[in-house]
Amino acid sequence: MTTQNPGPKTTAAHRAAMAGARPMIEIRQVQKHYGDYHALRGIDLTIRSGEFFSLLGPSGCGKTTLLRTIAGFEDISSGVVLIDGQDMQEVPANRRPTNMVFQSYAIFPHLTVAENVGFGLRRDPRSRAEKAAAVEQALEMVGLKGYGSRASHALSGGQRQRVALARALILKPKVLLLDEPLSALDRKMREQMQVELIKLQRQVGITFVLVTHDQEEALVMSDRIAVMFEGQIAQMDGPEALYARPTSRRVANFIGVMNFLPARVLGETGEAVQIEAPGLGRVDIPMANVSRADPGDAGPSVGFRPEAVSLLATGAQTANRVAGGVIDEVVYYGDMTYYDVRLDGSAGFDGQARPVRIAMRNVFGREVQDVGTRANVSWSPGSLVLFR
Amino acid sequence: MKGGGLRAYALVYLLFLYAPILLLPIFAFNSGTIIAFPLKGVTTEWFAQMWGNASLRRALTNSLLIAVSSSILATCLGVFAARASTRFAFPGKGPIMGLIMLPLVLPEIIVSISLLVVLLSLGVQLSILTVILGHTLICMPYATVILSTAFNSLDRSLEEAAYDLGETRISAFRLVILPLVMPGIISSLLMSFTISLDEFIIAFFLAGNEPTLPTYIFSQLRFPKQIPMIMALGTVLVLMSILLLTIAEYFRRRGIAKTGAKDTGGFL
Repeated sequence: MTTQNPGPKTTAAHRAAMAGARPMIEIRQVQKHYGDYHALRGIDLTIRSGEFFSLLGPSGCGKTTLLRTIAGFEDISSGVVLIDGQDMQEVPANRRPTNMVFQSYAIFPHLTVAENVGFGLRRDPRSRAEKAAAVEQALEMVGLKGYGSRASHALSGGQRQRVALARALILKPKVLLLDEPLSALDRKMREQMQVELIKLQRQVGITFVLVTHDQEEALVMSDRIAVMFEGQIAQMDGPEALYARPTSRRVANFIGVMNFLPARVLGETGEAVQIEAPGLGRVDIPMANVSRADPGDAGPSVGFRPEAVSLLATGAQTANRVAGGVIDEVVYYGDMTYYDVRLDGSAGFDGQARPVRIAMRNVFGREVQDVGTRANVSWSPGSLVLFR
Repeated sequence: MKGGGLRAYALVYLLFLYAPILLLPIFAFNSGTIIAFPLKGVTTEWFAQMWGNASLRRALTNSLLIAVSSSILATCLGVFAARASTRFAFPGKGPIMGLIMLPLVLPEIIVSISLLVVLLSLGVQLSILTVILGHTLICMPYATVILSTAFNSLDRSLEEAAYDLGETRISAFRLVILPLVMPGIISSLLMSFTISLDEFIIAFFLAGNEPTLPTYIFSQLRFPKQIPMIMALGTVLVLMSILLLTIAEYFRRRGIAKTGAKDTGGFL
């Protein structure tokens, strides 16, 4: 592998390195039909070398089909799949430079841990001792040093996952494909494995393609995410951009929680759209934050994340804009408190009151507010996204 | 006592099932030629007689040859059928599987006569081979059901994983699928072997001049003098069955222990 260590994920240097990396997987106009059913409707996608890329979407959106297309388990109806510049049309799965971690892990139950990990080395010309050393090294990499002689069926879920990873990575593939690898683990284990996977990917420098329906998992682990609905890519972006500026209301709804208020468009200049929303008044939304509404929407709407606004302590000053309201509901989570606030004049357009959800971190000294008390909500125009 | 009635019922049931079999060895060692109490004395003469009987030996070799061949044939074909039905969708799958299962419910005498008519009109000489074909036909449903269960319990990604790791379709099957369905294959072999070994009707119609164990035993029942020897033969067969089942169960349990699967019940 020639990929250099891209460094910590969130740094600008890492992003720059990623943007300059050569393409590893290129998918051009890929279609897949099963009879009348269109599983993939024209996918265009470039995944760069060394990237941690996620395919995110609800079940049945085609993300697993797309992954299996890259692996070579599914034939495509039309289009082109290139891996490292090479057309994969005539290359079967067992000769592609990809390896897969299956959702069920697919650990061979009749083999030991070491036999599982070394399975792909059967055709390797190296000596027995060299192969054994490679297996031991792979096991060490995933934190299973000394587990080689164990029976694989006696392993826990997390250990099976590690064996599956070692078994795939020992072949040094150009691309590692992960099909919902964490969905079978409990929450604690899942969070731990997320971090380990990021570290592992950084260490080996291999391109990872992850399929998941868990938006949090995708946000935590990926360099870039493709959100898919019904066989198409709805948006492809880095985690922060995806979260802060979803390009359609559907994506906004799928990723995290977003408040939506009906909006009325008043005017438009080159840089911004002026709207009016109940409770917020007149706002100029910068063009970068203008996205598509869903086909079924009654009209334009404006959205913001619960943590993009905050409750203002009484008497506090702020440079942001302030809206008054009444606390409708309080949900206490320990580290966070969620407030549902009915903004003054929120029933403005159609007489329907829509409380907005506000997330506040519970820092020391800040009291949890009571239901029914008046509150001032501080918000800034830059945190709003217009869907029209 | 709670459940006393049920307990008694179970006891009577088991007695009814196994008491006749227990009588086999008793009369096999009885020196009297008449199968009735009181017993006379102990002898191993009937076993010696059995051992020296050339036509019995011939019947036994024939039966073993037929049972081994048809169980292997039925199991091989069953592997194909089970794999096709559990892995692939193809037109006419339902009817085809139905036809494979049909001999299970068809009266055996009808199957035998039809086979006889077809074979004779084709000009095929009746021999051990024709019995093997007939037995393969009636063993197929059992083999297919047992093997379908074995194939069905496999995670499909196991095979894909092996393929993904560089093996070919065939070597993936050999290295991963075959070892995991091996208990099913052994069960199928055993089941087919047992069915073939004591099958009478097809053997009676299709064997031509060749005796098999059941047809030989049937033919000897006309001679009361031979009955103690048949008892000795029965004793040997019962012992061999128990031995065979024990071996099969040993391998089944070992397979389960090796793969860590849940024991879903076997023969014993």
